Amino acid sequence: MENLVEHSLAADGLAVGYDQREIIHDLSVRIPTGKITVIVGANACGKSTLLKTMARLLKPSRGSVLLDGKSIQSIPTREVATKLGLLPQSPTAPEGITVADLVGRGRYPRTRWIRQWSKADDEAVAAAMTSTDVLEIADRPIDELSGGQRQRVWIAMALAQETDILLLDEPTTFLDLTHQFEVLDLLVDLNKQDDRTIVLVLHDLNQACRFGDHLIAMKDGAIAAEGNPREVITEEVVQDVFGLGVKIVPDPVAGTPMVVPIGRHTTRADAQPASVSSAAAALAASAAANGVCRPTDR
Amino acid sequence: MATAEAVQVITRARAARQARLLLVIVVLAAIVFVTFCVSLSLGDFKIPVIDVVKTLFGGGDKATEFIVNRLRLPRALTGLMVGAALGMSGAIFQSIARNPLASPDIIGVTYGASAFAVFAIVTLGLTGVAVSAFAIVGAVLTAFIMYVLAWRHGVSSYRLILIGIGIGAIATSLTSFLLTKARVEIAQQALIWLTGSLNGRDWSNVRSMGITLAVLAPLTVFMVQRLRILQLGDETAYGLGLRVESSRLGLIVIGVLLAAVATAAAGPIGFVAFVAPPIARRLTRSPGPAMIASALLGALVVALSDLIAQHAFGDTQLPVGVVTGVVGAPYLMFLLARSNRVGSGG
Repeated sequence: MENLVEHSLAADGLAVGYDQREIIHDLSVRIPTGKITVIVGANACGKSTLLKTMARLLKPSRGSVLLDGKSIQSIPTREVATKLGLLPQSPTAPEGITVADLVGRGRYPRTRWIRQWSKADDEAVAAAMTSTDVLEIADRPIDELSGGQRQRVWIAMALAQETDILLLDEPTTFLDLTHQFEVLDLLVDLNKQDDRTIVLVLHDLNQACRFGDHLIAMKDGAIAAEGNPREVITEEVVQDVFGLGVKIVPDPVAGTPMVVPIGRHTTRADAQPASVSSAAAALAASAAANGVCRPTDR
Repeated sequence: MATAEAVQVITRARAARQARLLLVIVVLAAIVFVTFCVSLSLGDFKIPVIDVVKTLFGGGDKATEFIVNRLRLPRALTGLMVGAALGMSGAIFQSIARNPLASPDIIGVTYGASAFAVFAIVTLGLTGVAVSAFAIVGAVLTAFIMYVLAWRHGVSSYRLILIGIGIGAIATSLTSFLLTKARVEIAQQALIWLTGSLNGRDWSNVRSMGITLAVLAPLTVFMVQRLRILQLGDETAYGLGLRVESSRLGLIVIGVLLAAVATAAAGPIGFVAFVAPPIARRLTRSPGPAMIASALLGALVVALSDLIAQHAFGDTQLPVGVVTGVVGAPYLMFLLARSNRVGSGG
């Protein structure tokens, strides 16, 4: 895979809105190159809007998104598509399309009317499908796949674009927990392999801490906190951004900050056996917070 | 990074897709040609199919040449071209809207053309080319109004279909209004036009249709690549570097023009644009618009329907639109019933 230039992405004095309503006000940010950046925040805080604006889907009313220091709106959109790939929140596939066909469409910005499909395109598609592990299902129609497989296929399509920057809008939202981790692990692989810059919107703060090198916490269309997970995910910031009282404990698996919500109806299960370590309790609490299962007496 | 085997898998998958497409196109083309020859051989004076083929390639005697080339060929050729144009137009609209209901004869485009043509026939007393011109203007104007009304930060497919159906209803009631005010003989003339008919087409029809198709068909092929990207949804298409709005507008313009010239040449032959593309997609197993196969299938549907309309009922010759309607209407009902069951509302 060619990886000659490292591209940079930043926003400068950005204001974005739909109709009369302004959603993002005067936002400036630099996306660290070669890192995984996660944008978090409450619903309607503007995190998807920020991602879409950085992907030139929305036009800012003020300020600009800078790709390699140049305003993204001034660069031909096809040229942008060779540097920056996007996976929208709910992409639609035409009925009956096979995996290989769909991934192949990621080559669109690299092909021209004159320069038709070539060996290099086949290679790029094969590479994208290998690294997302969807080569075996190349001939399957995408409607037959599980949600996790389908998401990997869409990621493969974005990879076939061969861009240094990859933006993903809530890539785990419609997946169960196993597939969420499968996709997030895959993104880490892709980041490690080629030093790809990855920006994604996530809902789950614990996953954001676990997988993000850099976190951007948004509130009311502005950045409330930014930095590495340890700096950003504090009890104060979560209280401020989400309006939710939480305890932060170290994630027993990764050591990254883990958010344990308090809530109004929480009663402390003091009846728990003393032998239970605090880590196990934290694990159960996290599982409960994720809605995976109820904490049971052990 | 990809191994040689991995690349092989991709190359083979692509080759298999293309082989299937090519096979379908060749077989369809052959069937269209056979139907075409059979329709040229039938009539008051029957000519063996083999003589028809000879005549087509310039080797027949004077009498057959007169009957085939002068009398029957213009009608058959017009039918093929009208069918091909409708097939491509339907493929474009259905792919843009990602909805099989969105063909130009279901949304308002052809209704608009009809209303204008009936106005030309009934109120202005026009005939022939003038009526065709009015039909084209009607189709383009209707599409323009649809597009403008559907515009809100870009055009969403769903709005386009709903507004299209609404405008179609308005155009239909205008047509009915004009017909009820007209004298009976003129209303009858308008009604025949409204059913869609290939009766009495001559070489001038073939020429004008041929020239328009010669311009529009390459443009369509040129735009297919963009259409394939547009099918992935607006956001993905933006992400892949497609200029979404201008591509969609360009495709709509081409689709409207194709439907308009077809309607101008033979009246609003119903359901061809609606049934041809889905059948083409099923045959080619192509997720995309399958443009060439759709064109061939459109041509085939019109040619077969005209064959039936002309010869299946003894001395009664029906307008071709009656037959396409009989074939197409049940498919529409099937589609509506199925999409309602799935709950996607079409």
